Amino acid sequence: MDKEFTTISIPTSLVKQIEESIQGTDVSSVSSYIAKIVREALSKKDAEPDVFSKEDEEKVKERLKALGYID
Amino acid sequence: MIAPHGDKLIERVLDDNQRGDIIERAPGLLHIRLDAGSISDVENIATGVFSPLAGFMGREDFHHVLNQLRLSNDLPWTIPIVLDVDKSEAARLKAGSQVILTNDESDPVAVLHLEEKYDYDREEMARKVFGTTDAVHPGAAKVLNMKDVLLSGKIDLIQKPPTPFARFKLTPRETRELFKEKGWRTVVGFQTCGIPHLGHEHVQKSALAFADGVFISPVVGGKKRGDYRDEVILASYEELIKTYDLKERAVMAILQMEMRHAGPREAIFHAVIRKNFGCTHIIIGRDQAGVGNYYHPFAAQDIFEEFPDLRIVPLFFRSFYYCKKCLSVVNETICPHPPPDQIHYSGTEIRDMLLRGESPPPELVRPEVAKIIRDTKNPFND
Repeated sequence: MDKEFTTISIPTSLVKQIEESIQGTDVSSVSSYIAKIVREALSKKDAEPDVFSKEDEEKVKERLKALGYID
Repeated sequence: MIAPHGDKLIERVLDDNQRGDIIERAPGLLHIRLDAGSISDVENIATGVFSPLAGFMGREDFHHVLNQLRLSNDLPWTIPIVLDVDKSEAARLKAGSQVILTNDESDPVAVLHLEEKYDYDREEMARKVFGTTDAVHPGAAKVLNMKDVLLSGKIDLIQKPPTPFARFKLTPRETRELFKEKGWRTVVGFQTCGIPHLGHEHVQKSALAFADGVFISPVVGGKKRGDYRDEVILASYEELIKTYDLKERAVMAILQMEMRHAGPREAIFHAVIRKNFGCTHIIIGRDQAGVGNYYHPFAAQDIFEEFPDLRIVPLFFRSFYYCKKCLSVVNETICPHPPPDQIHYSGTEIRDMLLRGESPPPELVRPEVAKIIRDTKNPFND
């Protein structure tokens, strides 16, 4: 299966700056650089807190106590 | 607390009512017998170890993982989690049906909600995941021997497979609660397949210099001949933690999983798994998850450059050795002394000493750990 890509537009002056900054690095292209930066930025968004009922929480604590993990 | 991979912890273990219902209907459903590795996969999916996977991968995710090292939603994922069946078995199955997955004794383990059946290229899978189609590579060999058709679909666990190590088995939900109870905000994951030597202990304690706790996670299952028995590994770590660790800063729980030996790809997979358990950091050692000379010793560390969105932070450690001049565990970045002063931690040499009935020197293995192994009648897998 081929990789799926689309085109986005950014100022050419920015592209030139990126090209200069990735010279001599492991980053192979402007596109790879942009993808890396975007992934990094998106990963920093806060996740929704996991909902866990009090009853379930107590069950887990009881098991952890029974196994000796907590007092 | 760090969010699970994909932000949602998967839990697909049937409750008593659901279990009763499916067991009642099981005789009228088609059955597929799983091997031990697939049973571990099923349990790991159902208990959230492999979150966000809710079942075996479909064609689209499978190809994304092979080609882009990501799921089709762009989430990092490097190892295909698939279920293979032969052609005649596949021909009996219809997408949209429920299939009972059983163990060797024909006991129902899980129900598969079959979504898709698809062909694939075993050689392509081996080449892309392991970087080789060499049948000497254990992971590649397993893939080359897989059956012709892959099945995909969500699974629900009917019952957790029995284990002799139940007291060391925790789900991600449980470890997350445990870390919260202990007040740990930063947790370092440490995966192991062998007994602890002082190099391992040094790595864990170095990480504890800045983290709140260490989560020691021996991989259980799928061991090769000559490997330490799982019970020996657990007993030796238990002794080490009891004697040399602060109880409030180290916990151990097993990971029941077959190692794939996929080197760099598997290192990312280990990171994802530890993140699901609630670890904020993971120790990545030299040639992690490697086998033979198939991977560059630091490939498992370098690959993290490609995953800025993993969130769990890798801690890269070089090889440590004991220096007779420094009188401590060091590596070449902090020790100026030449090789004759260095005692290296060679698992093979330690194993050979133990096989000869000798005690490894205390610079290599703690005496209490060596005693556990020596006192075990047969510490190695036949």
